[in-house]
Amino acid sequence: MATTVKETTQANPLGPGTNVPGKEMRYREAFNKTLRDELRRDPSVFIMGEDVAGGAGREHLGIIDSWGGPFAATKGLIQEFGAKRIKDTPISEAAMVGAAVGAALTGTRPVVDLMYFDFTTVAFDQLLSNAAKSRYMFGGQTKIPITLFARSGAGTGHAAQHSENFYSIIAHIPGLKIVAPSDPYTVRGLLAAAIRDDDPVIVCNHKKLINLSGFVPDESYVVEIGKGRRVREGSDVTLVGMSWTTEVCKQAADELAKQGVSADVIDVLSMSPLDEDIILDSVKKTNRVVIVDEDTPRCSMASEIAAVIADQAFDYLDAPVKRVTGPHTPVPYSRPLETVFIPDAPAVVATTRKLLGL
Amino acid sequence: MQFSREKLHWLYETMYRIRRFEERLLEETVKGNAMGVAHTSDGEEAGPTGICAHLDARDWIASTHRGHGHCIAKGVDTKRMMAEIFGRYTGMCKGKGGSMHIADFSKGMLGANGIVGASVPLAVGAALAAQYNGSKAVGVAFFGDGATSQGVVHESMNLAAIWRLPVIFACENNHYAESTPVEYAVAGTDIADRAAGYGIPGVVVDGMDVFAVFEAAGEAVRRARAGEGPTLLELKTYRYHGHYHADDPLKYRLKEEEDLWRKRDPIPNFEQRVTQQKQMTAAELAAIRKAIDAEIEGAVKFALESPLPPVEELYTDVYVSYSNSVVGLR
Repeated sequence: MATTVKETTQANPLGPGTNVPGKEMRYREAFNKTLRDELRRDPSVFIMGEDVAGGAGREHLGIIDSWGGPFAATKGLIQEFGAKRIKDTPISEAAMVGAAVGAALTGTRPVVDLMYFDFTTVAFDQLLSNAAKSRYMFGGQTKIPITLFARSGAGTGHAAQHSENFYSIIAHIPGLKIVAPSDPYTVRGLLAAAIRDDDPVIVCNHKKLINLSGFVPDESYVVEIGKGRRVREGSDVTLVGMSWTTEVCKQAADELAKQGVSADVIDVLSMSPLDEDIILDSVKKTNRVVIVDEDTPRCSMASEIAAVIADQAFDYLDAPVKRVTGPHTPVPYSRPLETVFIPDAPAVVATTRKLLGL
Repeated sequence: MQFSREKLHWLYETMYRIRRFEERLLEETVKGNAMGVAHTSDGEEAGPTGICAHLDARDWIASTHRGHGHCIAKGVDTKRMMAEIFGRYTGMCKGKGGSMHIADFSKGMLGANGIVGASVPLAVGAALAAQYNGSKAVGVAFFGDGATSQGVVHESMNLAAIWRLPVIFACENNHYAESTPVEYAVAGTDIADRAAGYGIPGVVVDGMDVFAVFEAAGEAVRRARAGEGPTLLELKTYRYHGHYHADDPLKYRLKEEEDLWRKRDPIPNFEQRVTQQKQMTAAELAAIRKAIDAEIEGAVKFALESPLPPVEELYTDVYVSYSNSVVGLR
């Protein structure tokens, strides 16, 4: 078995290791920079959400941008774009998303900060019945260019109601798109793509990724929605990751390399549309696959990807399709429990070794 | 209040067009020509007519499952409405929406909506876009008494009030949410009273009198265009038929009550008023009715003769762009 694991830039021509001008920055900085770029680029783009500036309406007291959004996602934007475009809302996710759809139907491009991915459910009817279906049920008369962003994932002690990973719930719905950028490079490219996209797109930012650093090119670019990428080149097994579990897969691939196993790591990036080809091509090459998803297992993205592989690459498989997921429980609070909830590299390594009969 | 002949003509023609559309639709639905359910609004014509009389092409309305009257009052073509309800390719939405989803974006009609209360955030959003773009457009949310029990309606009214959005909340209180009477389901005396909680005007309006609706809506639209914020209008009205075409309303309400409301029918009352005041003649009114009768017959004929959508239409209009197949697995 090959032992080399190398960085690759396939489907990621401007990514890490390439020779374009850029700088190291944190995921959150890349996110904030992208919002600023897109607000500058298109005057019909505006942002609304709870505390996206903070202390709203108290400019006369010298109070402005007191929060700058959850995780400082929108910090500093109100100074440049004003309260008209950086719009604090009451705690009304349903009205916020419903109004965003109404505003999108009538010529603007709203961007909504839903704070935590869990809060999607508070606005779910607006997403399902209005955002997702308006174009179809009105016979294609309109488009719904809204972007929603939210923090997903466990691992930061946010407990059961602030740690969701239910990407599959959104991916299930015709009319919606969902992406999960996994590093500073992809967050810039996918957020820009989402804001410029004419369909509703949900952008999930895993809380454990938000402070990670990485290379981001200076020039503006988009990462195409619906394209995954290969982040490790290997030949013995395919590891499929998404959001934080892409990091987990990379760690597992590094460990497996030390043990003489060459892993091909695919970062899904986009759950809907889903880049089936990059996954299938990898599986056809390695003949074994482990899908790593932090979500609960039932009807998860891991299950969906397993079904796609079983349906379209069955003859190439030398072993069963394996899933490494969270348990069928809510996300616990206490660290020893939460740590076990999240799939980690040792779990991926162990599953892979078993799969290879090692 | 003085009305031009053209305005009176429009008010009458619009109310009668809604009435005739609903009556003929019910007949055709019973015959099986509509492919799904039809929620008719006859009896409630004065509301959409009196409000839309103040609107123009730039303004947006959002509607309900009982939306035919709103569509017609905003100028949507009755032929393409009927065709939509008959599931035809020539329908407003190519037959993909049906009665509950008729929309015409070229006319500022943001769609009928099958989710109770959904019109309210959508109209607030349209008003938000109008304010954002600095246009003088207004948004109107039509919704029923039943929708006032939905959380998003409250959220949206609060949002509109704090942002002083140019929106009119037009609550058509027809006294029944499906079979549930308003006095059972809605707390408080008048729905209009809820406006006080948002610090906006709330006005109880005789929803059977198009002149009363016109007057109240005029002030609400003026306020909205002037940047003074939203208004809640509660139009007290009545749904002559059941919740949908096969619903017998006498299972949950009394004939005596129906008779009392029918005595207040907006169309004969309009006729009586304008003829007594010599603003229009009986012959003029008859001529309008005759023309509308012919229009609606034409709409039924158009719908019946129109083609059904090709099967490929199942797969279009889901997204503007999507890199996966939407065809499904077989």
